[in-house]
Amino acid sequence: MKIKLIIGIFLFIMITAIVSSCQSDAQVEFSRYYAGGASIYQEHCQNCHGEKGEGLQSLIPPLTDSIYLKNNKKLLACFLQNGLKGKITVNKSDFDDEMKPTDLAPIEIAKVLTYVTNSFGNKMGTVNLQMVEGDLAKCR
Amino acid sequence: MRNLLFIGIAALVTLNSCTSKPDKLPVLGNKQPVTKMVDGKQVTDTAYATIPDFKFVNQYGDTITAKNLNGKIYVADFFFTTCPSICPVMHRNMLNVYKEFKDDDNFRILSHTIDPKYDTVPVLKRYADKMGISGNSWWLLHGNKGDTYGISKSYLQSVQEKNPAGQFIHDGFFILIDKQKRIRGTYEGTDPKEVDKLIADIKTLKAEPEQAVAK
Ligand code: HEC
Repeated sequence: MKIKLIIGIFLFIMITAIVSSCQSDAQVEFSRYYAGGASIYQEHCQNCHGEKGEGLQSLIPPLTDSIYLKNNKKLLACFLQNGLKGKITVNKSDFDDEMKPTDLAPIEIAKVLTYVTNSFGNKMGTVNLQMVEGDLAKCR
Repeated sequence: MRNLLFIGIAALVTLNSCTSKPDKLPVLGNKQPVTKMVDGKQVTDTAYATIPDFKFVNQYGDTITAKNLNGKIYVADFFFTTCPSICPVMHRNMLNVYKEFKDDDNFRILSHTIDPKYDTVPVLKRYADKMGISGNSWWLLHGNKGDTYGISKSYLQSVQEKNPAGQFIHDGFFILIDKQKRIRGTYEGTDPKEVDKLIADIKTLKAEPEQAVAK
């Protein structure tokens, strides 16, 4: 009886330890991507999209439209790799201009997308390298 | 202890003198002494560099010359509509200048495109519309490259077509010109703090007696 209890307690501790370490691993991954993404954003995106992701009038769309970002989640990496052109509707306004392709590596795309989709009022979780590579393979 | 107090007071005084607002802006650019005859006597005066006459076309297709700026204070800059680097930042900041003074008919903003081939008059109009610019307070100016590069020198600017990728390099400065067409300040257009100073300086300039009377 006593032994069972000890084993039970032991198992319980083990499981919580594993679960919580998993969680913190995820947390660590997120922080790493997010922090790296912030500096990539400043260097490669902020001029156009603004410090707070506010965009510029009707010339450059804001990055604050969580619904647009969610709907296009699997395409965002392609937007950055291949550019984006033509009419889109963001925050209920129409934009019809062009974003040129960037020369960011997939890991940088993952980081900057983690930053963008978790800043400016967005909360979509980590976009990691595997996800970006998967999305890039399916670019149209 | 007493020394400390003294230093403290000295520091305060210096700080204070730094923050106190000057009521007259400096005149920039080359100066030259000119001698002229006044009432039969020779007088030496200082002549400051002024912006020479020019001829450009704005986003509405109207010809704009220096005459259209008589009696006006204005701010000039150089940009192109497809510029990916500093232009969006500059014009995000310039929008604040526009909003502050757009109802003042004695004030203008002149943005010269340095890519006249792509930035034709209709392209400039489209840009203006997208920026939400209307009326005549902010002119986007098209002209041949030589004219634009020439006038940029008068504004103490360097605009060059350089770099192997065929991209344009240009300074992100905003230049403040008074009613006598003299340069009264240059501001880093990508820095919001400098642009706040520009807005404050325009107000100071407008209040100078010399500006108030000039036509
Ligand atoms: C030269 C200016 C410029 C730069 C630099 C730029 N973008 Fe864009 N971006 C645009 C424009 C213009 C559009 C809209 C294109 C259209 O109308 O089809 C856009 C669209 C987008 C969109 C989709 C629409 C939206 O607002 O959600 C995303 C996401 C995006 N950009 C992210 C980025 C990221 C991340 C970077 C940095 C790696 C970046 N952009 C750099 C100009 C720029």
